[in-house]
Amino acid sequence: MNITFLLNGEAVEVDTHPTQTLLDWLRETQSLTGTKEGCNEGDCGACSVMITDQNGARTLNACILFIPQLHGKSVRTVEGLAAPDGTLHPVQQSMIDNHGSQCGFCTPGFVVSMATGHLNGRTDHDDVLAGNLCRCTGYAPIVRAAQASEGMPVPDHMRDPSRPDLGDKTDIPAPETSDAVAAWYMANPDGTLIAGATDVGLWVTKDFRNKTGKMGEVAFLNRCTDLQQIDDLGDALRIGAAVTMTDVLAAVRTLHPSYANMIRRYGSEQVRNAATIGGNIANGSPIGDNPPALIALDATLHLRHGDTRRDVPIADFFIEYGKQDRKAGEFVEAVTIPKSAPALRCYKLSKRFDQDISAVCGCFNVTVENDTITSACIAFGGMAGTPKRAALAEAALLGRPWSSNTIETAAIALADDFQPMSDMRASAAYRMEAAQGQLRRYFDDLNGKQTNVLEVRA
Amino acid sequence: MSVSKPLPHDAAKLHVTGTARYVDDVPMPSGTLHLAFGTSTIARGTIRSMNLDAVKNAPGVVAVLTADDLPFANDVSPSIHDEPMLSDGTIHYLGQPIFLVVARTHLQARFAARQADIDYTKETPILSIEDALAADARFEDGPRIYTKGDVDAALTSAPNRLTGRLEMGGQEHFYLEGQAALALPQEGGDMVVQSSTQHPTEIQHKVAESLGVAMHAVRVEIRRMGGGFGGKESQGNALAVSCAVAAQLTGKPCKMRYDRDDDMTITGKRHDFRIDYDVGFGADGRLTGVDFTHYTRCGWAQDLSLPVADRAMLHADNAYLLPAARITSHRLKTNMQSATAFRGFGGPQGMFGIERVMDHVAHVLGQDPCEVRRINYYAAAPTAGGPSGGSFPAKMKPEEKIETADLARRSAVNAASGSGGAHRFGGAHSPTTPKRDNTTPYDMDVTDFILHEMTDKLLNDADYDARQQAVSAWNNSHATLKKGIAFSPVKFGISFTLTHLNQAGALVHVYQDGSVQLNHGGTEMGQGLFQKVAQVAASRFGIDITSVKITATDTGKVPNTSATAASSGTDLNGMAVQKACDIIRDRIAACLAELHEVKPNAVTFRDGQVFVDDQGMSFAAAAKIAYENRVSLSATGFYKTPDVAWDRIAGKGRPFFYFAYGAAISEVVIDTLTGENRLLRVDVLHDAGASLNPALDIGQIEGGYVQGAGWLTTEELVWDGAGRLRTHAPSTYKIPACSDRPEVFNVSLWDGENPAETIYRSKAVGEPPFMLGISAHLALANACTACGATYPDLQAPATAQEVLQAVKRSRA
Repeated sequence: MNITFLLNGEAVEVDTHPTQTLLDWLRETQSLTGTKEGCNEGDCGACSVMITDQNGARTLNACILFIPQLHGKSVRTVEGLAAPDGTLHPVQQSMIDNHGSQCGFCTPGFVVSMATGHLNGRTDHDDVLAGNLCRCTGYAPIVRAAQASEGMPVPDHMRDPSRPDLGDKTDIPAPETSDAVAAWYMANPDGTLIAGATDVGLWVTKDFRNKTGKMGEVAFLNRCTDLQQIDDLGDALRIGAAVTMTDVLAAVRTLHPSYANMIRRYGSEQVRNAATIGGNIANGSPIGDNPPALIALDATLHLRHGDTRRDVPIADFFIEYGKQDRKAGEFVEAVTIPKSAPALRCYKLSKRFDQDISAVCGCFNVTVENDTITSACIAFGGMAGTPKRAALAEAALLGRPWSSNTIETAAIALADDFQPMSDMRASAAYRMEAAQGQLRRYFDDLNGKQTNVLEVRA
Repeated sequence: MSVSKPLPHDAAKLHVTGTARYVDDVPMPSGTLHLAFGTSTIARGTIRSMNLDAVKNAPGVVAVLTADDLPFANDVSPSIHDEPMLSDGTIHYLGQPIFLVVARTHLQARFAARQADIDYTKETPILSIEDALAADARFEDGPRIYTKGDVDAALTSAPNRLTGRLEMGGQEHFYLEGQAALALPQEGGDMVVQSSTQHPTEIQHKVAESLGVAMHAVRVEIRRMGGGFGGKESQGNALAVSCAVAAQLTGKPCKMRYDRDDDMTITGKRHDFRIDYDVGFGADGRLTGVDFTHYTRCGWAQDLSLPVADRAMLHADNAYLLPAARITSHRLKTNMQSATAFRGFGGPQGMFGIERVMDHVAHVLGQDPCEVRRINYYAAAPTAGGPSGGSFPAKMKPEEKIETADLARRSAVNAASGSGGAHRFGGAHSPTTPKRDNTTPYDMDVTDFILHEMTDKLLNDADYDARQQAVSAWNNSHATLKKGIAFSPVKFGISFTLTHLNQAGALVHVYQDGSVQLNHGGTEMGQGLFQKVAQVAASRFGIDITSVKITATDTGKVPNTSATAASSGTDLNGMAVQKACDIIRDRIAACLAELHEVKPNAVTFRDGQVFVDDQGMSFAAAAKIAYENRVSLSATGFYKTPDVAWDRIAGKGRPFFYFAYGAAISEVVIDTLTGENRLLRVDVLHDAGASLNPALDIGQIEGGYVQGAGWLTTEELVWDGAGRLRTHAPSTYKIPACSDRPEVFNVSLWDGENPAETIYRSKAVGEPPFMLGISAHLALANACTACGATYPDLQAPATAQEVLQAVKRSRA
């Protein structure tokens, strides 16, 4: 199939198979070896590239980015950061001046992330760089370099067109409307819908499912604009399934700051730029971070099967491990969340703060009226085979006074809500202790106490 | 002079433009084949039958090799030939290479490698320390034991006594560039290999054995690695040998790189340790005797485990005079990846043991842990500039004397501001009457100890006392979040403990245009070795660094090299290069002296010029004159470290040329509801001697600290009961990310020079700062002590889970 895009300002036309990764294509066919393979699963950022499309310029991990996802976009690699006359990009010069490279292998990914952040005026360097691992420097000189280049002019060549005029003929399976997606999925119920490929990418790079026929036919959702809309319904937001987590974060930043803070730690910049909320829900992972938050928000899931649509409370979608309330050929079209939930708090617990999968993700939404608890919705990820409500703990709260005694009673009840498992992320006992700890933290948090280690300074 | 300048890394511009070339970036001839290992899915047993038809029939497969197909040696061990590259029928760990796929593409090789049908006879794997002790599965015939004094009597008569146990996990190197190699077959059966290795001579040696040729038929080259950290000292052997053997069999160039999951599953890591301690001490906290027992899981093959375990024993004292000590070391054989070299090479583990003891003693006595440390320090060095023991036959040449005007200055220089290293000669120490006993548990006299002064300086600069009080006040007003603060020192021995490795060679050419090509046996893995050594060369000739071309490490240029390891790269290769340069310089000087009828010492090299008395000419002009007068402008240099001698069985001698010192203060906060924690502030004062390049040295210190803190906090290796490594990718194994660095991170260089005669009186800086990260763990433990009266007994790594358990223990 033929795909066209701009690569470092030059139009390229690629005839390849649908699961060809950008990284392998750059390195093996274009001799652009500046982009590195560090992990081949989107966790290290050594393969970071800048993609410009209608959402602006964003970094993505080239190792889990399929060539068809690039159709009609602009791609800039580390080789395209310096000006055509060889003048270094400000972040490149700054990295040299601040001794930001040692072995240099992660450096191309870092400078791409830094240059993209620089283009977008970002100064939250820890977040911009959370998806780039460095084993040599301890990051301090890299952050100094990023700070030193703040405010320097953006070189003109960095402003790639969001819709380069390349002609638009392609034969990639990329339906452009949700109707077309519905039709394709009805015709290919065993096929695979690919949105951000942050999960499907690993099916290919690590499991070779593309070579064993386990993926079936594939269709790409990146051109389906009506799945990428966020609609303001007045008291609620309807978020299309293909909205990236970067855009979800922006949409909830002021409405639900605690949820937004959790999303800030979800994956990394590169992962959030690719991952979609629909993908995170539909794959049904017990450790996905959106579902517990959406359950605590009492979100409504919009499912579509051909021309048939139905709505389900999101908590009901997760039946058991690996099983969701979804028919073959049915897909998540959108999710609706309320705009107001002042008592919502989301606590993500992982071994590392940034870019790590949660051991426990607890989301709490409790209403207190006249010192009495009138509603309680508490959901956890990582505590069961699915994202799940803590029904017994909720019951222990309802109708009781908002007090530490009540919380302790609920903490005891919580122990009967879940039988978590032990794995490389945490032991079962710790998961339960930490979940109870999060419940206690919620009480302190709503009472205005300092509860967040991320807000403590020396 | 180029030395002491904070120049950027020589390849910095190549790094930031993506043009720095690593092994996998080397353009390959068409027809290059790609390799992958098929690996075992059980941890222990034997292969009953193996059906590789599906592997052979997979797309793109050219050949599939098993142990029987290897023409010569099936061995990639760096030590005692106990490591077959491909299984000989016995399975020793889950992930062990069994067969080798040769295919047209990397992906085809990886895919085919998974298609094998192998039937095993399984045996119960030996995984835990208890398993290994029960089976008496160990390397060497029994534990190694070093002793000083009568430790049993010392413990029995001690006023106070405590015992404890510290478990510390291993560590994955997570070099960003995975293992990689390529082989290009040459005429007559010769082989050229490029390997991402810290030890090209070892690669040459193993490839020659595997091809059945002499070492002269194999040339190994490496321009740079994308990180090494010890993980590329021996672990690259299997890839290089695979490429060479496959290239010889097929006649095609062959390349191999591990996918990250394969890399983590196949290769060795840092040794995990359990340290039991039994300690006697006085009311003032002074130790009277310590009995340490080290248990380390070495994995299935010996690799470098013996010297690693030795070095752990050699750092069991860290900075403290132990009047009586016994260190018993069990090197256990387990059915896991063969643990290998990792920055510090056992030193961190041994050092962490005594730091834990200091902490525990202080807790029992209710004293400031920092004070307990200081009272136990070795005595201060008697004089500045004195050797660290033994004699130094070689004398400094007059031109090596740097300004000595600032003798009184003992202050640190904050090189983060770029001014580091300006004043490099330390002043006289306060004259201290040497105590009768200032020896290590391995009988080496400590004569260069500077931690008293460094500690004073760091505590003062970092405002330790006031901050300790502030932490205490904060803890009194916060119920669930608790802060902790801790100080810890580092004394790290510099030299290979295998004495004959302390040698290096260099090859320097001066061309008739005055440009210089530099080659030596050290390898570049990011540490800036090449730049530091180039600075030495430029200084010797008095020329600008831009006139010096740094070339790839090449066994055809400098033979019989030691691994770039043990922090010794600059010490050894810098000296070898200096010697080579001086030979050429002296030849040029002699030539010019003869032509101008002056004495050779009237010829001087500075500012890019060569002066005959006061008459200057460009260095290029001088080189051209020397060439035209038929003077050789090429020389080799050779260096061996003086005065080291060590009996590793007896545990007596002088294994180290000198010690490098450092100290750190870390401050943290923990959440007592979940154990989540953050590093808030870190202050470091580190001794790099007279720094050759303060910017590069600061880089090693910052990076070393964060890597050390990662080892003891978020980096957790988890094997399941079947011996499968569950943390085999960055999705599950968590090295520090950007925001994990301390928000306040003050790093300064101690303003001193190495009393031992090293290159420009600098000190090794690769490994020592790693152990500054121990202070992060101690700070977390300190925060836990704010929760209750019981010793929290925090183990490592201190994940959030472990911190929460320690909080609970402290409340018990």
